[in-house]
Amino acid sequence: MSVRRRLFGLVAVAMLASSSMAGASDSVTDAIVREAFATATPEEWRDRLAQDDAQALCSRHRNLPPPEVAAQILESQRATLRLPDDGRLMGDWRAGEKLASIGTGGHIGRIQPDPPGRAKGGNCYACHVMAPGEVAAGNIGPSLTGYGRLRGNTPEMQRYTYEKIHNAQAFFPCSHMPRFGHNGWLTPKEIADLVAFLLDPASSVNAGR
Amino acid sequence: MTWRMRGLAAVAVLAAASAVSIVAAATDAEDHAADEIRKYRQMLEDGNPAELMEMKGEALWREARGPTGASLEACDLGLGPGVVAGAYAQLPRFFADTGRVQDTESRLISCMVALQGFTPVEATRDWYRPGSDLEALVTYVATQSKGMPIRVPVSHPEEARLLAAGGELFFRRSGPLDFSCATCHSQDQRRIRLQDLPNFLNPADARASMVTWPAYRVSQSAVWTMERRLIDCVRQMRWPEPAFGSEAIVALQVWLQHQGEGGELQSPGIKR
Repeated sequence: MSVRRRLFGLVAVAMLASSSMAGASDSVTDAIVREAFATATPEEWRDRLAQDDAQALCSRHRNLPPPEVAAQILESQRATLRLPDDGRLMGDWRAGEKLASIGTGGHIGRIQPDPPGRAKGGNCYACHVMAPGEVAAGNIGPSLTGYGRLRGNTPEMQRYTYEKIHNAQAFFPCSHMPRFGHNGWLTPKEIADLVAFLLDPASSVNAGR
Repeated sequence: MTWRMRGLAAVAVLAAASAVSIVAAATDAEDHAADEIRKYRQMLEDGNPAELMEMKGEALWREARGPTGASLEACDLGLGPGVVAGAYAQLPRFFADTGRVQDTESRLISCMVALQGFTPVEATRDWYRPGSDLEALVTYVATQSKGMPIRVPVSHPEEARLLAAGGELFFRRSGPLDFSCATCHSQDQRRIRLQDLPNFLNPADARASMVTWPAYRVSQSAVWTMERRLIDCVRQMRWPEPAFGSEAIVALQVWLQHQGEGGELQSPGIKR
């Protein structure tokens, strides 16, 4: 590890102690979290343990923000919305179908980390019913079966769907849904593939009865 | 019409017009999975593999071990030295000798250090490996509370502090997927894929879940203690690994046990 990297790490931890975590909730819980994750790297602290404003506010209000806080989150999250550089909102629905089933990737730690480079997916099926043929689907989120059949795939619908996957909290503050694009979990191309999985008339999500 | 309303309307249309067969198929699959687990549970009713761990744990409890060659029989699990019956039902709790609120795991480690002369590193070595000494000891201790109601003390200021912190930690969101415990465990009747999720805000659900730990996990061929369960949940959330025995993990257990208060322990449980 270079000296520069080390310095950066120290700065990250210092920032964490002063700003991000102060914005979270009460200092008792913050101290407990610092102790529990004392061996986490500065990068892990920055990327996985420190809270951004939306995370801190949703935690503090236990996902039920009062109207003025909800409006604040909505505004800050809307400001994060980015469309892909190439303007392509609908990709390949079959690639999206694969991503919807992948629940691996991104696990860290000593006991059972993922091998480096393991594919990350959207793992949509963990929480949503989608294609009728996949019965092992969760229900934390609403059913998305027939999503495109019911809504059409106008440019407006493509944009809404893309942005919803990119940052669900730009529409529903403190939504349980991960901010897949905003947090860099999925690439713009991957999100476009998922948009196609939902909206393409040929997609298994929109298969007839 | 707002997007939320459109979504709701869409769900309604779907349910009414097109999804009846899908729901039926999903229900069939769930029923099948639940049936298989029920059958498996019945089959193992007189022989949960966790009982092997219980026996190993009891032998470890009584065996003279470590640099001092002492057994754990003088270990105070909260109800007095050597009292094992009912201790798990009241853990975590505050211990004056360590000045900390401790769960079963961390209390056993304190005893292994204080009585048997092990170093903390030795006492926790490979704690997560299937069949570890700690897994066996916790299984033995928990089984001695079978049939007793969960009742964790929260009157000591330290216990009250961890209870409050545990409730906050349950809702603490962070990481690349914005997860907290509440993401999966704050609504009734929810599933990940086909896995049922207890809602820990609902006392009936919390009781039903908490009384079954530690549990033999069929998919892991191992008994998982509560610490093991929670540390793996944190891993699934894509957070770094919390330290074994850390206050965060103990605080979550104080809060979870408190949510499940009054549930009669059935330890060891058996799960997917």
